[in-house]
Amino acid sequence: MEVLNNMGIVFGLLGAACAVMLAGAGSATGVGIAGQAASGVVSEDPGKFAKVLIMQLLPGTQGIYGLLVGFIILSKIGILGTPVDVTVVQGLQILAASLPIGLVGWVSGKYQGVASAAAIGIVAKKEDQFGKAMLFPAMVETYAILALLVSILSITAISVG
Amino acid sequence: MDLQYTYAVARVRAKEVTLFNAAVIDQLLACRNYEQCLQFLIEKGWGDADTPLEAEAILACESEKTWAEVRDLVKDMSVFEVLNYPNLFHNLKAAIKLVCSGSERTDVFYPDTVPSSAFLLEKVKERAFGDLPVMMAKPAEEAYEALLHGRDGQLCDMIIDKACLQAIRQAGKESGEEVIRSYSDSYVAIADIKIAVRCAKTGKSADFTKRALADCASLSTEALARAAANGVDAIREYLKTTAYAGAAEALEQSPSVFERWCDDRIIDSVRPQKYESFSVGPVVAYALARENEIKTVRIILSGRLNGLSVASIRERVRKMYV
Repeated sequence: MEVLNNMGIVFGLLGAACAVMLAGAGSATGVGIAGQAASGVVSEDPGKFAKVLIMQLLPGTQGIYGLLVGFIILSKIGILGTPVDVTVVQGLQILAASLPIGLVGWVSGKYQGVASAAAIGIVAKKEDQFGKAMLFPAMVETYAILALLVSILSITAISVG
Repeated sequence: MDLQYTYAVARVRAKEVTLFNAAVIDQLLACRNYEQCLQFLIEKGWGDADTPLEAEAILACESEKTWAEVRDLVKDMSVFEVLNYPNLFHNLKAAIKLVCSGSERTDVFYPDTVPSSAFLLEKVKERAFGDLPVMMAKPAEEAYEALLHGRDGQLCDMIIDKACLQAIRQAGKESGEEVIRSYSDSYVAIADIKIAVRCAKTGKSADFTKRALADCASLSTEALARAAANGVDAIREYLKTTAYAGAAEALEQSPSVFERWCDDRIIDSVRPQKYESFSVGPVVAYALARENEIKTVRIILSGRLNGLSVASIRERVRKMYV
């Protein structure tokens, strides 16, 4: 029975882990893909380093969003700050609330990396089109932001303790 | 989506900036003489520090550079084998002719083929045709017999050339890469059109032409051979009903315009790779674009050296990839 009483905080922690791990994995994949393309361009034209670096960093934001949600959850369940009692239902609610940024961060991170790599190809050939090229991977960001909003709104709406 | 070529494609995109476009070709054409053309190429970074100021040395150096770059970008070079088939089959043809004529010349082979020219020569000498790659074994034996016993050099050439086209077509069919499928189909179709035109001009029968043509997805060899038996005009009429209507117009103008159209069609077949980001396609297209560029520069230099007019050289200038 005592184990069941403590499962709330375990589910809450699982939520934090989901947000950080999945979104972080998405970003790592995306930044890795874009990094390969950036390396290809810089090996031929080192002068484009700054521009392709910005492109490479675009898919990195999902990991930051996951981290932000992770911190909010840790604070909410009392791992950081004042300890609170978290019921099983509340823990599951927090876990569910972490899924949008976790899953969307994972998928959008990868595909933003793919879009960034393609956009790096534009910069490689037409450096003056950097602004336009950056818009294509930036569009993918929209969905990560929407998922971040839903996760934050859900977590803050859950009353714990 | 094949992410293993992300680095290679991005590097190719950066390299494409240095490819000659139509404006650069115009500048080269505007050079006053052959020496100024060579100087222009050197200024554009062609050749190496130790390359002599000679056309062939510079062009050979650029070709070597291209393939060194490609080898640097792609680990599995098997996808590029099909591009080397014409050279490989040329070496087979040369080996058969050397053996049948008893000549010991070695300057008739293309270097860097797989299998090597030395291997081909050895197997033909030993008549060990079964040791050759499957696509070469039977045609090599047939061509050898045709030349040795029939003394029919034309038949020997035809057998090997057809085998080459069939191998290219087969490689295209088996390839998982769209660029190779598109290239091989265009290559075989254009080769068939060239063969048909040659047969029409030399008055060959429909049966002979049909035998020389390799099957192709986008052309009917039956109809093309029938048209060839009725002359070049009949070929043009037939081509107008196919995806190669441009060839009909080019044939109407002049042989050099037709030759240019043939090379342009190959470049057009790989042009969609300019918008591809995640496959080996852009690397293949880059290699073909560089070869096309080198060929065009060779045409200009050769025209300049032989005192051709700018208009006459321009008629032969190929369409650039970028």
